[in-house]
Amino acid sequence: MLSEFFQFTFSGVTLGAIYALVALGFTLIYNASHVINFAQGEFLMIGGMGTVVLLEAGAPLPLAMLGALLLAGVAGVVLYKLAIAPAKKANVVTLIIITIGASIFLRGLAQFFWGKQYHALPRFSATESISVGGATLLTQSLWVLGIAVVLVVALALFFNRSRLGKAILATSMNKDAARLAGIKTQTILTLAFGISALLGAVAGVIVAPITFTAYDVGIMLGLKGFVAAAIGGLGSSTGAIVGGLLLGLSEAYTAGYISSDYKDAVPFVIILAILFFLPNGLFGSRAVERV
Amino acid sequence: MKRIVKHFSSAALLCLCAFTGAAQAADTIRIGSFLSVTGPAAFLGDPELKTLELYIEQLNDNGGLLGKKVELVHYDDAGDASKARTFVTRLLRQDKVDLIIGGSTTGATMAAVPVIEQAKIPFISLAGAETISTPVKKWVFKMPQSDRQAARRVLTDMKERGFSKIGLISGTGGFGASGRNVTLEEANKMGIDVVADETYNPKDTDVTAQLTRIRNTDGVQAVLNFDFGQGPAIVTKNYKQLGIELPFYQSHGVASDSFLKLAGDSAEGLRLPATALLVANTIADSDPQHDVVTHYKKAYEERYQGSVSTFGGYAYDGLQLAVRAVKKAGSTDPAKVRDALESIQGYVGVTGTYNLSAQDHMGLSYDSFRILEVKDGHWALAQ
Repeated sequence: MLSEFFQFTFSGVTLGAIYALVALGFTLIYNASHVINFAQGEFLMIGGMGTVVLLEAGAPLPLAMLGALLLAGVAGVVLYKLAIAPAKKANVVTLIIITIGASIFLRGLAQFFWGKQYHALPRFSATESISVGGATLLTQSLWVLGIAVVLVVALALFFNRSRLGKAILATSMNKDAARLAGIKTQTILTLAFGISALLGAVAGVIVAPITFTAYDVGIMLGLKGFVAAAIGGLGSSTGAIVGGLLLGLSEAYTAGYISSDYKDAVPFVIILAILFFLPNGLFGSRAVERV
Repeated sequence: MKRIVKHFSSAALLCLCAFTGAAQAADTIRIGSFLSVTGPAAFLGDPELKTLELYIEQLNDNGGLLGKKVELVHYDDAGDASKARTFVTRLLRQDKVDLIIGGSTTGATMAAVPVIEQAKIPFISLAGAETISTPVKKWVFKMPQSDRQAARRVLTDMKERGFSKIGLISGTGGFGASGRNVTLEEANKMGIDVVADETYNPKDTDVTAQLTRIRNTDGVQAVLNFDFGQGPAIVTKNYKQLGIELPFYQSHGVASDSFLKLAGDSAEGLRLPATALLVANTIADSDPQHDVVTHYKKAYEERYQGSVSTFGGYAYDGLQLAVRAVKKAGSTDPAKVRDALESIQGYVGVTGTYNLSAQDHMGLSYDSFRILEVKDGHWALAQ
């Protein structure tokens, strides 16, 4: 019984770590602009598919990964410059809708140029899984979880210690005041999109050995990542990790102890409950609406 | 002067023919086709069209059919059922084709069926669902086996190996859900207990929780995963990661080389039902399908520089059956061709041996599926 519990937990941790890593990508852009970037899943796809394409072109794995990350970063900057920046007078909801359009566009490009096949990436460690208490844990999940934690710490340091991070926060709080204080808000926003695309691509590369990758992986992973981010409170890195793990574990326990038919329903009930009692998520700051 | 008269007479003939509505019947036989050559089902339609083009060309090089040239009239429905219906109407009304081979997907096929039944033209579908041929529709024939036969083939193999309690894990998409239903029904008929019955969403990235439940079910002796796409590759990987030692089966939905590439060495030792085409390289010389399978594979791969697929095989069999039927009928009269199609017995094709009848417009039995096993990263006939 105990080994069964361990197995469900590990399964949940694997799922949760993936969702958490995706959720992290949402925080950065949200912090800088209050835009929920629904093209975040597509950055994931560019990370995974870019690596696959470069690998097939003959590049060694580390170089292929680096190239894919770069490609995603550029895609993030281009997305901001071509789609978001020209509509700067528009309100946040319009911008969010623009990101949905951008995600469909990116998916179409990938489908056209890279094809519709699913691809597998090799795992990072030589051993596939380790046995703990009669249950199996994937080494790749440990990679995912470890990198997620490293990223959280890095993001926290970035926002609280570096001038650039503080400038991003200042831009999100009050764009005009930030500009008066000498912050180039346009550059800051470009940077936020570039970095968050990079974060997304990192996630895409690390999860690809577990989930496979294809032109359309961004839809599901992006959605689950967004849900995880919303549970944790949009904008909070710690919240993204906790939200992701909560979502993953609830899926795994439901599939394991209740029925796999309800696997996708139970987590959504939990989300509704959390958002009903804590509208800002578990770690979200209380929003102050000024009129 | 002579030439003018000739022109006149042929013009007059043309008028006459146009008037009677049989303009093309004189010199060519027109085979109509609508396939999903682009779009999400392109992996079906693309090899199907290539096969039809290749073999109709070959047919014409060898003198055509009934001494007439064969012409292929093709439209690409891009996987859209409503487009399929429009194109079929065009094939029937404007192009006045003699028979139709097509319908890559079940959706496209079923959208075309009412139009075709009304026009009373023989139709050979290349899509798999059972509803196409059950109940029997007068003018509709179908080439691929149904998922019911795949289920029966797997269950028969399990029974032969002495398994009577099995675990089932299936996707909740159309293919997986239908596969689950027929597996449960067939298992019930054959006296096999499905003791664990789990599902997953086709987009899921981890199914270890479901597999753990199956493993911990009392008495389970083998596990079947019924689905297609990337889901089964994830199930296969998780199965291996959990170290489950029970014999593992997949459905015909993943009988392709791309599945092996995706699942990697986790696929080693698993079994599934598939047509002989997948093992064309290693099939025994004495096998009745040996010649047809190796010839088709060679011809296709020489021409298109890509590997054959089961789906192209359906198009090959569809065309061969149509040719046989027209020869047997001695004309392209739709009713006669239909009757001839219905009476074809013992045609050995790429997919299997077809025995059609008034009660069976598909004509394959479940043992046209071979049980294959993954050995050293390749498909091989299971011993």
